[in-house]
Amino acid sequence: MKVIELKKSVTESNDRDAEVLRRELKGRDIFLINLMSSAGSGKTTLLSRTISDLAGRVRIGVMEADIASDVDAKRIASLGADSIQVHTDGMCHMDAGMTRAGLDALENNGSRIVFLENIGNLICPAEFDTGAHKKVMILSLPEGDDKPLKYPLMFRESDALVITKIDAAPYFNFDLEAAAARARTLNPDIAVFPVSAKTGEGMKAWEDWLISEWEDWRDA
Amino acid sequence: MHELGIVQHVIRTLGDVAEENGVKRIGSVTLEVGEVSGVVIEQLVDCWNYFRERDPLVAGAELLVETIPAVTFCTACKGEYETVRYGKTCPLCGSPETYLLRGNEFSIKQIEAELFSDGEESAEEGQTGETSTGGK
Repeated sequence: MKVIELKKSVTESNDRDAEVLRRELKGRDIFLINLMSSAGSGKTTLLSRTISDLAGRVRIGVMEADIASDVDAKRIASLGADSIQVHTDGMCHMDAGMTRAGLDALENNGSRIVFLENIGNLICPAEFDTGAHKKVMILSLPEGDDKPLKYPLMFRESDALVITKIDAAPYFNFDLEAAAARARTLNPDIAVFPVSAKTGEGMKAWEDWLISEWEDWRDA
Repeated sequence: MHELGIVQHVIRTLGDVAEENGVKRIGSVTLEVGEVSGVVIEQLVDCWNYFRERDPLVAGAELLVETIPAVTFCTACKGEYETVRYGKTCPLCGSPETYLLRGNEFSIKQIEAELFSDGEESAEEGQTGETSTGGK
């Protein structure tokens, strides 16, 4: 037996696949956003509102990664967006290979934004590069403003933080300023958008950011 | 489960390594795992024991784990302290302006391997087939 020194990161092969996918998607004119959050944070509701609001401005697709079921995909498809359901068969995150397989199921070509709705948890999805161009995380108000302290990697990795369900503010002790400040301590560049997909409050700022990031990427 | 996916990635990486280095069989794998990398070592070992029997390249291979203690650096007082014990706030000066120096690692440090070139007498062709199975 011979000892071979490797010093290889465990995620290295995935990182490589992700980089290849990211470049290929540029060729297909697909701007991929990895959307991460806990279960029940309002991902599908946020997306539904975003799809309706942006109808006519950009074509949107949604890849729903769930351990099982297609409840969310049906909801998205009913809004007229392209919808793909991916099952991870028990895995807690999407990796680049699974993302590629999902995107291959997208029918029709053409420019668009595709959201990858990652599995609902704040730990594993942060560690695996899916090949997305931007990472967005959702923190819903009932989850509490201390989440950046508990799940630092997710906040460090994300380009934007959308704080959802702000219409529920009267019922929770959620300090918006404190949550944003904690997130910025971990990641000074993170864009923070407090929104209510129910009342529409704050949605414009989030959607404007999305469109401008998409245009910057497309024109780069 | 998180560790399940990680073990699959480790085995995939080992498949690539085997191909590059002409490895016939792996006897042991040493991982370096940071204290705050979020990996549960007991579960990692369970998943490893499950998967290693499904891939001839790592069949029976032992998984060795070296833990790297987490250390945080304080930008205010330039001090270093134990992350797990004190968290984000510096115990020396009370500043929250701190960042993790180490402890988030998760890498394959080394492997013990039997190379094709070690046993010249065995048939070359059959062994090549074994490697490509392992590389999946």
